[in-house]
Amino acid sequence: MSREIMDYDVVIVGAGPSGLSTAIKLKQLDNNLNICVLEKGAEVGAHILSGNVFETKALDELIPEWKKKGAPVKTKVNKEKLLFLRKNSSLSWPTWLLPSVQKNHNNYIISLANLCRWLAEEAEKLGVEIFPGFPASEVIYKDDGSVKGVATSDMGLDKDGNKKDGYEQGIELHAKVTVFAEGCRGHLGKELIKKYKLDSGKSPQQYGIGFKEIWEVSEEQHQEGLIIHTVGWPLDNKTYGGSFLYHAENRQIFIGYVIGLDYQNPHLSPFDEFQRFKTHKAIKKTIEGGKRIAYGARALIEGGIQSLPKMFMPGALLIGCDAGTLNMPKIKGSHTAMKSGIIAAEAIFENIKNKVDLSIYESKFKKSWIYRELYKARNVKPSFSWGLILGILFTGIDQILFRGKAPFTLKHKHADHETLKPSDKMPKIDYPKPDGRITFDRTSSVYLTGTNHRENQPIHLKLKDSNLPINYTLKKFDEPAQKYCPVGVYEVQKDKNNLNPKFVINSQNCIHCKTCDIKEPSQNIVWVTPEGGGGPKYGNM
Amino acid sequence: MKILVAVKRVIDYNVQIRVKEDGSGVNTDNVKMSTNPPDDNAIEEAVKLKESGKAKEIIAVTIGGEKAQETLRKALAVGADRAIHVKSDNYIEPLGIAKILKKIVEKEKPDLVFLGKQAIDDDCNQTGQMLAGLLSWPQGTFVSKILHKDNAIEVTRETDEGLETIEINLPAIITCDLRLNEPRFSSLPNIMKAKKKPVEQLNAKDLGVDIANRIQQIKVEEPPKRKGGIKVSSVAELVSKLKNEAKVI
Repeated sequence: MSREIMDYDVVIVGAGPSGLSTAIKLKQLDNNLNICVLEKGAEVGAHILSGNVFETKALDELIPEWKKKGAPVKTKVNKEKLLFLRKNSSLSWPTWLLPSVQKNHNNYIISLANLCRWLAEEAEKLGVEIFPGFPASEVIYKDDGSVKGVATSDMGLDKDGNKKDGYEQGIELHAKVTVFAEGCRGHLGKELIKKYKLDSGKSPQQYGIGFKEIWEVSEEQHQEGLIIHTVGWPLDNKTYGGSFLYHAENRQIFIGYVIGLDYQNPHLSPFDEFQRFKTHKAIKKTIEGGKRIAYGARALIEGGIQSLPKMFMPGALLIGCDAGTLNMPKIKGSHTAMKSGIIAAEAIFENIKNKVDLSIYESKFKKSWIYRELYKARNVKPSFSWGLILGILFTGIDQILFRGKAPFTLKHKHADHETLKPSDKMPKIDYPKPDGRITFDRTSSVYLTGTNHRENQPIHLKLKDSNLPINYTLKKFDEPAQKYCPVGVYEVQKDKNNLNPKFVINSQNCIHCKTCDIKEPSQNIVWVTPEGGGGPKYGNM
Repeated sequence: MKILVAVKRVIDYNVQIRVKEDGSGVNTDNVKMSTNPPDDNAIEEAVKLKESGKAKEIIAVTIGGEKAQETLRKALAVGADRAIHVKSDNYIEPLGIAKILKKIVEKEKPDLVFLGKQAIDDDCNQTGQMLAGLLSWPQGTFVSKILHKDNAIEVTRETDEGLETIEINLPAIITCDLRLNEPRFSSLPNIMKAKKKPVEQLNAKDLGVDIANRIQQIKVEEPPKRKGGIKVSSVAELVSKLKNEAKVI
C-alpha cells in the first residue's frame, strides 16, 4: 500500500536549537514558505538535555528582542571556578589564567529544553508547523539519488511487525529541501554521511557521553549564577572528561559529567563515575540534604572541525550536532547549532528563490564566526589523547599563546568504537554502592527520566548479529554495553549456576542517548526510531 | 445519534509527580501534559460508533486553561467533529465540572455522554456519576464493552466482584475503562485537518452555574518512602513479625 504524501517547501527533522533556528529564520526571510518540523519526542523539549551555559550570540542574531519577548534566558553567570580534583583535595585554578574561550561572564545558565519550547512557540507564531511525537524514520530519495524527503514511522505495530488495533501507517513528507537536525548521532544523519561520503578526508568523529541531574538544594547551599567546572578525579589521567555544576534559578543545581567515549577500559562505567564524582567533598557539600529531581544522559559531539562532515548534499542539509558543530574547549554547542541553522535557512532561501546550489551553505559557513570559532578550538580535544596533564599544558600554549592560530592541526586517530582494550588486560573498577542520598543506582535514575516505550512494539535497538554479544563481545570485552548504557538497557543474564549467558535488551528504558550506537566495539548495535512519542519526558533539562 | 465526549488535560502518566515544597499542590511547570488516558478510550469508542454508522456527530468538550485546547485538538485529530472549550484557569471540583457539563448537555442534547472513568490527577471518579445524578439519566460506569441496540445499549462493567452486564436506556452517561478499546494514533494529515475544525469558546463563569469549590485543600505531601523488605528465616518468625511488628494478624 502506498503511503500518503504531504508536500512542503522545507521539512526539518528535529525540534532542537538548530532545526528551530532554521525554521524561524526561513519564515523571517519569506513568510510564504511552507515549513514543517518533525520531532520524535512527545513534545518539544522532551528529548533535549544540555548543561547549559548559553552564549547568546546566535540568539541575538535570530531574535534580537528575545529579552523583551520573554525568552527563558535569565540567570547570568556571575562567578566561575575551575577545580582540579584529587581524591581528597581540590585545587582552584585562577580564572584570569583561563583561555578566553573558557570564560563565561556574558553567558547565562539556562535549560536548553525550555529554550527550545520557547523557540517552538516563536516558530509556530510565524506559521511553522511542528509535529511532536512523529519521528522521521527513513530518508526518501529521488531517482537521481538526491534527497526527496522523509517518511514517518508506522504506528501500532507489534514486536513482530504485525499490525495491531489502531495501526496507523507512516506518511511521506516531500520537500524542496530537507534539513536534518537530529542532534548528535542522528540515525538518518548517519545514513546520509555514509551514502554521500560526507566525511571523506575527515578525522573520525569523536563523541562523549554527558550526564545531568537537577537537584533542589537549600538557600544556604545555593548561589545563583555560580558555575563550577572540574577535571581530574575520579577519572584517571588517560580518560578525557570533566564535570559541570551550575547554580540555576529556583534553588536548582544542574550537575553533570561528560566522559569522552574514546576511553579504553571496558570495565569503566560512565554512570558510576558520575555517581562517585558527587561524593567528592568539594561537590557533596552543595547537594547534601538536597533532593535529586531529574536525571538524564545524552551523547555529544567532540570531534570539532577536523571531524565535521560536509554539511550539504543534493536536496538536503545536515546541521547542528547531526553534523557536529559543538565547540569542545568552550563546552558549548547551542550557539553554534543555532548559527548553523541560521546559515542553513539563508542557503535554502537562496536555493529556492534563485536556484543557487545548496553548496553555497559551505561558503557561507566558512565566512561566518562559527567557522573561525571552531577553527581556533580545533587542537584542544586531540591534545588530550596524551593525557590530562599534557593536554592542559598544550591547551594553555595553543589557546593563550597561539590564540588557536597554531600553524598545524592535530588529527583524531581512532573512532570511539575502536579504542577499547580487551577486558582481561585492563583493571577492574570497584565502584562504591549507591547510598540513595548522594549516589543512586540506574533503576531509580531511569524512573526520573519518565522514559517509556509502548509495550509490544518492534525493538528499536537492532543487533546486526544477534549472537555476537555473547560469542564475542562478552568474551573479549566483558560486554561493555552493560557499563556504558546510562539506564541499564543491556544486561547479560546467567542461570543460577552462572552459566548460559543471555543478552537482554530492555529497550523500553532507552533514553535515546545513542551511546550504544557509537561505542559498541563491532558497531553491532544500531539505534533506529521507536514508535512516536517514546523515550524520555525531560522537563527543564 | 449525537455523542458528547468529555476530555481532561492531566500530567502525562509517565512523568514522576513532584509535590511543591510549600505543600500547595504538585509541580506542573515544564511538565509533559497529555489527555487523561481513559478519556482517550472514550473518544475512541465514540469514533468507532461513528464509523459503524450508529453515531452522526461527536462533540469533544474540555474545561480548563488556554492549553487545555491541546486536548481538544487531539480529540479532533482522532475523529471528533467539533469541540467546546469551557475556559477556567482555576481548579474546579467534580461537582462544578458536572454542573458545567449539564449545561452543555442541555444545549447540545446528545444521546450519549462518554467520559473517562476517572482522571489520573485527582483520581476522584465522581464526575460521570454526578452528571448522571444531575440529569437524572441512567449511567454505565467502568465500562469495558458496549453493544448498541435500538434506544438502549448493553454495557459490561468492570466491578470488584467481576463483570456485570446491564442494559440501559438512552440518553445515558457512560464512563469508560481502559479495557474498552485500544485508542488509535492521530495521523499527521488528520492533525492538520483538526486545526481547521471549529472549537467553540465559552467561559465557565458565564454559564450561570455555581462552581465554587466545597473542599478546602489543606496540604499536599508525598507518600512516605517505601522501606526495603527483609528476609525471614522461618515461618514462625514470619508469623511473629506479622503479629507483633506489623500487627496485621
